[in-house]
Amino acid sequence: MTESRGASVRYENVQKSYDGETLVVKNLNLDIPPGEFLTMLGPSGSGKTTCLMMLAGFEPATHGEIFLNDKPINNVPPHKRGIGMVFQNYALFPHMSVAENLAFPLQVRGMGKAEQEEKVTRALEMVELGSFGSRRPAQLSGGQQQRVAVARALVFEPELVLMDEPLGALDKQLREQMQYEIKHIHENIGVSIVYVTHDQTEALTMSDRVAVFNDGIIQQLSEPDQLYENPQNSFVAQFIGENNKLSGTVVAVDGDTCDVKLDDGTMLKAEAVNIGAVGSRTTISLRPERVEFDTHESMDNLIPGEIREMIYLGDHIRVRMKVAGNDEFIVKVRNRGEKRDLRAGQTVEIGWAAGDCKALDPVA
Amino acid sequence: MKLKTILMAGAASAMMTSAALATDLTIVSWGGAYSNSQNEAYHKPYMAQNPDVTIINDESSAEAVAKLRAMNEAGNITWDLVDVLASDAIRLCDEGLAEEIDFDEELAPAPDGTPASEDFGDLIVADCFIPQIVYSTTFGYRTDIEAWKGKEPDDICDVFDLETFPGKRALEKRPINNMEWALLCDGVAKDDVYDVLETDEGVARALAKLDTIKDQTVWWSAGAETPQLLADGEVAIGSTYNGRLFSLIEEQKQPVKILWDAQVFDLDGWIVPAGLSDERKAAVMKYLRFATDTQRLADQAKYISYGPARKSSAPLVGKHATLGIDMAPHMPTDPANAKNTFLYNYEWWADYRDDLDAKFQAWLSK
Amino acid sequence: MNMHPQSDPQVLTTRDGTPLKVSLAKALRREKLRSLALIAPLLIFILVTFAAPIADMLLRSVENGIVENTLPKTVNALSGWDVTSSQLPGEPVYKALYEDLKVATAEKTHTRLGSRLNYEASGMSSLFRKTGRRIKRMDEAGPFAEQFIDIDKDWGDLATWRLLKRYSPKYTPGYFLNAADAQLTADGIAMKPENERIYLLLFARTLFLSLTITLCCLLLGYPIAFLLASLPLRSANLLMILVLLPFWTSLLVRTSAWKVLLQQEGVINDFLVWIGVIGDASRLVMINNKTGTIIAMTHILLPFMILPLFSVMKTISPSYVRAAKSLGATDWTAFWRVYFPQTVPGIGAGAILVFILAIGYYITPELVGGTDGIFISNRIAYHISSSLNWGLAAALGVILLGAVLLLFYVYDKIVGIDNVKLG
Repeated sequence: MTESRGASVRYENVQKSYDGETLVVKNLNLDIPPGEFLTMLGPSGSGKTTCLMMLAGFEPATHGEIFLNDKPINNVPPHKRGIGMVFQNYALFPHMSVAENLAFPLQVRGMGKAEQEEKVTRALEMVELGSFGSRRPAQLSGGQQQRVAVARALVFEPELVLMDEPLGALDKQLREQMQYEIKHIHENIGVSIVYVTHDQTEALTMSDRVAVFNDGIIQQLSEPDQLYENPQNSFVAQFIGENNKLSGTVVAVDGDTCDVKLDDGTMLKAEAVNIGAVGSRTTISLRPERVEFDTHESMDNLIPGEIREMIYLGDHIRVRMKVAGNDEFIVKVRNRGEKRDLRAGQTVEIGWAAGDCKALDPVA
Repeated sequence: MKLKTILMAGAASAMMTSAALATDLTIVSWGGAYSNSQNEAYHKPYMAQNPDVTIINDESSAEAVAKLRAMNEAGNITWDLVDVLASDAIRLCDEGLAEEIDFDEELAPAPDGTPASEDFGDLIVADCFIPQIVYSTTFGYRTDIEAWKGKEPDDICDVFDLETFPGKRALEKRPINNMEWALLCDGVAKDDVYDVLETDEGVARALAKLDTIKDQTVWWSAGAETPQLLADGEVAIGSTYNGRLFSLIEEQKQPVKILWDAQVFDLDGWIVPAGLSDERKAAVMKYLRFATDTQRLADQAKYISYGPARKSSAPLVGKHATLGIDMAPHMPTDPANAKNTFLYNYEWWADYRDDLDAKFQAWLSK
Repeated sequence: MNMHPQSDPQVLTTRDGTPLKVSLAKALRREKLRSLALIAPLLIFILVTFAAPIADMLLRSVENGIVENTLPKTVNALSGWDVTSSQLPGEPVYKALYEDLKVATAEKTHTRLGSRLNYEASGMSSLFRKTGRRIKRMDEAGPFAEQFIDIDKDWGDLATWRLLKRYSPKYTPGYFLNAADAQLTADGIAMKPENERIYLLLFARTLFLSLTITLCCLLLGYPIAFLLASLPLRSANLLMILVLLPFWTSLLVRTSAWKVLLQQEGVINDFLVWIGVIGDASRLVMINNKTGTIIAMTHILLPFMILPLFSVMKTISPSYVRAAKSLGATDWTAFWRVYFPQTVPGIGAGAILVFILAIGYYITPELVGGTDGIFISNRIAYHISSSLNWGLAAALGVILLGAVLLLFYVYDKIVGIDNVKLG
């Protein structure tokens, strides 16, 4: 179980419609190299689960082709695809014991009894449930059931494992722990994993790459840090982490930076990530923790803001402000223990670097 | 004070008038065309004469015996008058569930003064039972069966003759009548039938005769089944009540005729449940005196082809109320129809019914 | 390990010193009383409408007080008479009979006794009726034996007296023996003659046909329930209405409709003849026999199978089958090893429901069962409503109840009664 034995997956121009009127997946092209942990992230209804189900074989693609290890699989029934899958509510067979659940995929493959037992034992040990083989799923806690589900999806050594919001039913602490466990199993075994979730933390924690879905389209496909640092559009910026939005018009472009005139007349310097020509509308995206109260002259942008509300959150303080006509402007101040004289109603100067605010969305 | 007095007086008078006026009579009968004939001939004229009486119809006669027994055990008799078959009346009489009737005392004499007991004559088969109609169980046959080559059955034994008259039969799912017919056609003289049937050999003999047509027989338990089977062409010959055949032939115009030979007469009539209060009993007897007089019994025959139970009613039978045909020739008692008849032997069947029924059902299920 | 071996095992007490258990019981008693009060109306209702009639029925199947109540002196006088003797009882017994019958005739209970005894021996009914009519004219001075034999020679028949003697106890196994095709004879219990045996056959047939109907319902109902559970909501609702449609039609109408369809001149036979599958002379007999009963009752009871199956299937997430398939199972394996076992509780509930309903059914077999498709319940109904032999009806009912309970027990042993789910 140590060698990398992942499969590659390729979606080519895949489209999917359930009712013949609207497309839930619009022309998907996606390449997953062997051994990658790829997460499909997006709000519900964004088409991510449909993409997963098409890969598993439970939904036919309306158009286009899906390749597994470069072989087209559109006409291969699910049970012949050899893809392991972990379901949202685990789908452990309630009338079988844990060991029987794990032996099931081995049995249907006609494996000998002794070999079955050995593999089941090993799989149980992998998820640290060695002594639970004879229990029924209903006698296990949620986290234990989750591990059994993972073990079952891996026990027949598939090259690709699909996970459909597998941690959704767990509480927060358990969820975090399971994230690490799944990540470690992936690292140890080296299978390819396609993981579907709507939880950005999960996606950022575990994935090699994340595909952000919205409206049937992949909005951005990149590594987790890139997703956060360099969102390609305001949907991604908004969906991954917290974000302040300011809209305005491009007045000048200078290489990587541009000048933007906000709707209330304020001028800002921003990184020109994705903008149109001078005079076109743009949305400025700015992370709350990049805004400073300790301003100094060298900062690219310095503007006044009125403090509306202060929320104490332990490790940081959230300050809600009115900045350039936007009431919902959030600033996060790290709590360093120093006294800071900030009160609601005050008008103070805030500032940030041009590279921290991205000018996005050429049309919107 | 004044208001209160008025209210009380009003309430009292309301109670008194309602007690004096409203008499409810719950009369149990069979429903369908039969109840309708009673309604037209008895109930409507009686209520017209006695505006204070309301007659409530209950169609439970088929379960009357069991229900009366249950009411009697519960000590709450809700029925005032029940229409039952003579054999059931005997059972009810034996069980003490029906009142004994003094015919001459309580029923009207014939118009010529003949006392009721004489007018009903032989048809008084139990002390509790006032006969109303004579009906018969007999056979109807289809007239359009090609395999019969133009012949028509005119003898009861033709029912057992599958060679001349091939086709399915319909017989009632009980021994009564069937056993008698079987023995008659096995060469037993009419007068000896019950003596023979009393012995095990006799029963075996009757069943053996029935065996000859068993696999060609559909067994019915409700009187409406045979007319339907005949109309559908499911059976060629079938036994049922003559009134049902009348409506099948005359009202529904089906190609069916009646085989009157060896028809079995049976009686239907009234019993008064035992245990009524004097007041209720008096109301019932008043109604009975009216409903069983000569004219009323003759009137009923306008609506259904059953013979009135009083001798004095026979000459008064007229035409059918809606079809306008002369009813007399359709009566089972008409001389042309009654050349060879059987009267249901109540006494004998009361004794042997349980025993023969067990044997008959055992034979059926073999 | 106890540091204080001499002290009682520690009893926990409340602060005022009452043992904790007593105190707890007291606190709970009020709760219990309150909940008892809440269910009291239902409890009383069930006792009155369900338990009491069943108890009454159980009692009726053995109760036989009528002989002793009607003829107390005779029963007493007969106690000295040996049932196996070849001598008629003596004059005192006839005298006692005279006295008893005089009272009974006045109260009109003699004919009732006659009909009771007629269930055991034909002729008793008329014997008592006849004797009752003549009793007034009898000479009070005796000799009674002669006069009675003069009224009816049966009073001089040993069989009459043996019957009276055998049925004089307050309780009798007679009804149960009858219900098992046996009878009490002078030599003890014996089977009835071959040509009167019917009940054992009917019990066996009732069980067999009920099981067949249950199986047919399962085979037909399972796919429909599956379809119902897997269709989208709107089409499922429509289909559900179709499933429930039979409930809105009168039972008699439905049964009659089957007659029209199945009879030899009926729609199905006409169609088969028309397309030439069968000849006009060899039309199929599908009604008034077992086939008719099975078809009509399967149709009537089908919803009772479909509904519990459906409600169980609805709760089975489609992800189980998907999981099975993703694990490499073919469609059939996924169904048989994963889906089907989870529907077993529904099958159990549906099968029990259908079976219990079928075993007590009587209208449909009566109408379409002919001679070999009728159930034991048809005979029970006959004895309740027609022959008035309620004792025998009760005995048959008790045996039926016993058979059902036995089957329940077997079912519990094999499948487990917990493994039944109605929804």
